Amino acid sequence: MKRYNSLEEVRQDIDTGVVTCRDLVNYYLQNIERKKHLNAYLEVFTEEALQRADEVDQKIAAGTAGRLAGMVIGIKDVLAYKDHSLQSSSKILEGFKSLYTATAVQRLLDEDVIIIGRQNCDEFAMGASNETSAYGPALNEIDNSLVPGGSSGGSAVAVQADLCLASIGSDTGGSVRQPAAFCDVVGFKPTYSRISRYGLIAYASSFDQIGTLTRSIEDAALLLEVMAGADEFDSTASQRPVAPYSQQLQTDKKFRIGYIRDTLESEGLDPEIRETMLGVIDRLKAEEHTVEAVDFPYLDFIVPSYYILTTAEASSNLSRYDGVKYGYRSPDATDLGSMYKKTRTQGFGHEVKKRIMLGTFVLSADYYDAYYTKAQRVRRLIKEKTEELLREYDFLILPTTPTTAFPLGGNDAEPLAIYLADIFTVQASLAGVPAISVPVGYDAKGLPIGLQVLTRSFEEAQLFAFSKVVNEKIILA
Amino acid sequence: MDKEILDKYQPIIGLEVHAQLLTNSKAFTADTTEYGSLPNTNISAITLGHPGTLPRLNKQAVDFAIKMGLATNCEITRTNIFARKNYFYPDLPKGYQITQDKTPICQKGFVAIQLADGQEKNIHITRIHMEEDAGKSMHLAGETETLVDFNRAGVPLIEIVSEPDIHNSDEAYAYLVEIKKLVRYLDICDGNMEEGSLRCDANVSVMLKGADKFGTKVEVKNMNSFRNVQRAIDHEIERQIAMLEAGETIESETRGFDANTGLTSGQRSKESMNDYRYFPEPDLTPLVISDEWLDRIHRQMPSLPHELYAKFTKEFGLPEYDANVLTDTKEIAEYFDQVCQHTTNYKAASNWVMGPVKSYLNELALHVSEFPLQPAQIAEIISLVDSNKINHTAATRNIFPHLVKNPATMALAAAEELNLIQESDDNALVGFIDQVLQNNPKKVAEYKAGKTALVGMFMGEIMKLTKGKADPKTTNKLLQEKLKAL
Repeated sequence: MKRYNSLEEVRQDIDTGVVTCRDLVNYYLQNIERKKHLNAYLEVFTEEALQRADEVDQKIAAGTAGRLAGMVIGIKDVLAYKDHSLQSSSKILEGFKSLYTATAVQRLLDEDVIIIGRQNCDEFAMGASNETSAYGPALNEIDNSLVPGGSSGGSAVAVQADLCLASIGSDTGGSVRQPAAFCDVVGFKPTYSRISRYGLIAYASSFDQIGTLTRSIEDAALLLEVMAGADEFDSTASQRPVAPYSQQLQTDKKFRIGYIRDTLESEGLDPEIRETMLGVIDRLKAEEHTVEAVDFPYLDFIVPSYYILTTAEASSNLSRYDGVKYGYRSPDATDLGSMYKKTRTQGFGHEVKKRIMLGTFVLSADYYDAYYTKAQRVRRLIKEKTEELLREYDFLILPTTPTTAFPLGGNDAEPLAIYLADIFTVQASLAGVPAISVPVGYDAKGLPIGLQVLTRSFEEAQLFAFSKVVNEKIILA
Repeated sequence: MDKEILDKYQPIIGLEVHAQLLTNSKAFTADTTEYGSLPNTNISAITLGHPGTLPRLNKQAVDFAIKMGLATNCEITRTNIFARKNYFYPDLPKGYQITQDKTPICQKGFVAIQLADGQEKNIHITRIHMEEDAGKSMHLAGETETLVDFNRAGVPLIEIVSEPDIHNSDEAYAYLVEIKKLVRYLDICDGNMEEGSLRCDANVSVMLKGADKFGTKVEVKNMNSFRNVQRAIDHEIERQIAMLEAGETIESETRGFDANTGLTSGQRSKESMNDYRYFPEPDLTPLVISDEWLDRIHRQMPSLPHELYAKFTKEFGLPEYDANVLTDTKEIAEYFDQVCQHTTNYKAASNWVMGPVKSYLNELALHVSEFPLQPAQIAEIISLVDSNKINHTAATRNIFPHLVKNPATMALAAAEELNLIQESDDNALVGFIDQVLQNNPKKVAEYKAGKTALVGMFMGEIMKLTKGKADPKTTNKLLQEKLKAL
């Protein structure tokens, strides 16, 4: 069977009788089995997916199928799906099954999506390499000694290795965009509040957004269109109407584009990525877009303020995993205190514990103002400055990552290095604006490079349209 | 303790009162708040804090909090940010409590209390904030494990924090009485301290009179009745004074009250107190109270006890005692107020409501809403007495008991049926009087000789003769005239 790049391609073949949903599910199941070593899935819903494929095939035949009929997806192990295991790749939720379905997942199901499995990720979405998963890392298909990125590593690999057409991930500080860049796929994070978070396991609530990993811009637009919108179960979800993104992808507008000067001059930036970026800028200019260097004075504060705020929220969000109500409870517990300590010591991995402790520290009475309050102020400055730039420019472009995919275990000796790798993705997260990573080239070793594009809040339609411009006119084969 | 020593010190007391709100559903989920359900039946994935769940604010809880704020003369905060209070306890499902930290919904109010000498005093309210309740841990006798019931988890509360304006346990008691009265008038909390729907912690310190700095305060918990709050405060004041007199220093701590011994004992010192790590709740958007919202609550506000008290004393001219008794509960006050819409004999209405009506309710342990007689029926009895159709004794002993058994009957019809319409026709009465005087010549002679107390005996005989239907006032008047003329 051929490799499909978008739902549109799939639907053409379904409509002409070339392929059925059952064929598609069988195809992906075979790929998953054949590429088991990539460890992209924690659980495959084999029987269920086949059964659902038959149902959708019948609906297609009857002309009653939803907008996502023919799309086979995987979901990151942070999304609640009723009666299915939900663990955040953590031992502490061992044996836990969700009692309900996340709003976004339900909306996909209502449009006849087929969910083929639950995907590996960093534990509680904390990590940038998928190495913090309690179930082992997912591997980059291009070179199995390299990480796929994270935290939505399994989700990126699944799309990269043709183990599903699209994945639903989550992005707190780049968790969709960074692995997309490492795995040569499209990674999209919407405006904060655009998609309901109900049913998304919380890491840092004021940053978390459900995002997508796809092979095409079209699929990213369509998935957003289906998932976005107000939700009575998430009062922070935006009430704004949802645009028909997938119908608004064509544009011949000449845009104003800014790029942050320092990002291209930063020491940690891989020279080949820099070259690629400069090439993109040249070609955008050649296409008569305006591209200008801009200054962003807070670059050095982005990563520290991001880690202070996210770990603070995480320390609170993860308090519920205490062994009392569900999930793992240490068998060695002798009293209440030891139940808490042993359950959490044994149930959480190293990175999660580190972040819980860091977050607890920055919220503690004696350090609250020095860290949490200050970081909140910095966040506001970053948000305001980013919005100011986005009033002047339609888009900000920057590399998704400072390097291409790095080796497994490569950052073990330098724990801070992996935090600094988030430098280009956390700006959009702090500002809450939408951002996308599109494949834009390869380095000399053939490793993919991602171009990140940011735009104004709730202007996803424009972001997708421009991404298509990049895809079609800027990337030279 | 020696009064002389006690008098050297000024106790400073502030109270923190938690009131469980009578909303139909929980503060942040649609789960029911029904009391007395089987353990762990009023729960859902949201109450249990399952991964991925989010809170949804119950607007009714906000309405109730605003009502309490208006009733206590508070400023209402227009932009409210919820906060998380983080601590570990098995009955706290999320590992944090959603509460309000920097923006309590009500601020800077006061409650007027009545002191023993009849004076009024304002106790200032620092803040009233909204929060969610925790579940209940249950340690069953003989079991090594602790069980947790999450039915109560997420039930909305308001915490009412007073300024340290209270100076003794009597004032604390009066303040609690007033708070309870208010929450019940507003119908936002049933005010039951024994069942835990009203809970009180006391912050107590003492200082030498005239000192310009408060002493170190101690928080006292675990009081399950108003009386115990009073006892705990009295004990704590004496304990602190004794320590100071002995040259000891008071440590900031939390102490628990033991109702059996009447003593408080240390629970937690300040060093070991939780650092709650408050921070803004990112799962809820700021709550903005619009003008329309506030207007709507203003329109829903019932008459409050002090307003009714003023009406009853000033408009109706009732004694303060009556006004106090009548405004004790909203239901009695409203019932009385309705009786007064049908009569202008307010004092009689007050006597009827405080007397026969309340006794009837007390004896049968009924609520006012279950009282069989309409306010107009009480007014009718009053009017029958006032117009001398029946006498007061017949009204209370016969008509009232008859009516509560036959509430569809009119008072006049009942009086006729029971043959209680009294004789107030002068001619008829004179006939009866003459008859009695003729039958008792000896007594008449004694009366004339100066034994005027015999009037009572003559009255009794007339009543006997008329089977109690003689209007006592008129009869007495006519009898006196007759005796004088003899």
